[in-house]
Amino acid sequence: MKVVITAQGTDLDSAVDPRFGRARYFLLVDTETDACTAHDNEQNLNAPQGAGIQAAQAVTRLGATAVLTGHVGPKAFTTLQAGQITVYLGATGTAREALEQYRAGQLQAAAKANVEGHWS
Amino acid sequence: MRVAIASGKGGTGKTTIATSLAYTVAQRGDRVAYLDCDVEEPNGHLFLQPQIVDRRPITRLVPVVDPVRCAHCGACAQVCRYRAIACVGERTLIFTELCHSCGGCLLACPQEAIGEVPVPIGTLRTGRSGGVEFVDGVLNVGEAMSPPAIRAVKQAAPDAPLTILDCPPGTSCPVIESVRGCDLLLLVTEPTPFGLHDLKLAVEMARTLRLEVGVVINRADAGDRAVWDYCQQRRVPILAEIPDDRAVAEAYSRGELAAQAVPHVADRMRALLATIESGVLA
Repeated sequence: MKVVITAQGTDLDSAVDPRFGRARYFLLVDTETDACTAHDNEQNLNAPQGAGIQAAQAVTRLGATAVLTGHVGPKAFTTLQAGQITVYLGATGTAREALEQYRAGQLQAAAKANVEGHWS
Repeated sequence: MRVAIASGKGGTGKTTIATSLAYTVAQRGDRVAYLDCDVEEPNGHLFLQPQIVDRRPITRLVPVVDPVRCAHCGACAQVCRYRAIACVGERTLIFTELCHSCGGCLLACPQEAIGEVPVPIGTLRTGRSGGVEFVDGVLNVGEAMSPPAIRAVKQAAPDAPLTILDCPPGTSCPVIESVRGCDLLLLVTEPTPFGLHDLKLAVEMARTLRLEVGVVINRADAGDRAVWDYCQQRRVPILAEIPDDRAVAEAYSRGELAAQAVPHVADRMRALLATIESGVLA
């Protein structure tokens, strides 16, 4: 399966970006091979509003079935849920470490957003 | 004639001037309408103390998707510049708090799967204070989109030879919505660096919208002379100067109209009115 990890750089050794909607990069990782491709999120990084919703749509288009990140807001969560993507919160360290935390079952699947939405 | 009163900077005296001007016209026995377009924090009613005769809900239209007709093509999400629509798989989600009610998604949908429903955003109040026809709008707490409420206030304007629009501060969408279509824009400022900074923004806005503009300098004997220099440079006429007077602040604190409580303000309002009505400007 494929998961997206929000990251501050383009490979698995970069730090996890704790923000979902305004993450610097999305790392699309194949959990069977650890093959990793980086997808720039710069457009949403500078969006005046709706970054979380756009990011959630982007993740859907990448074909991921799970997201590993730090925090997610209500609108992004609703959109990810509509795309049937499981959200794992509280990922820390490098992307590789987050992947290991996920495999070890240390990350909890979120039942709701864990941060407030922002107004534009 | 429609005179909009705006400022750029908040707290310069827009409402003091707008309510006093309306009161002065009414005192003369002429019909005048006062519209409080500052729907996020309307306060003209505190001074005019109108008798409210009608209250009705203000609504705006937001899209709803018919899931049977929707073909999940994503055209609506693509056209929405406010990013209020998300298409994920077989779901189309609408985030009404981001929607600006522009109707673009209805036009973009090839399936005609999008309709519009009204949602309440505030209350429109109309009434009378002495001879002043009064209208204001009160936006619901938590509602982010004020322009539809401002439009409702302007549409409810009673017919009068002079309409005074008390505008919100700033130079963004709510102000643009308020001043659009006015015959004269009065910018109330104060002679401070902050006052001047925001006056410049407001003058640029007025020039972009091709509006006739004049300046009222409030608390004119405080601060520095930079506002006068700027107005001269940019050829913006200064239509009135009101001195810094504790009596005005005290009247304000009691909810009294400055033009009613302070004689020299009354004189200046009459003079300002004469200048406006002389047609030299507008």
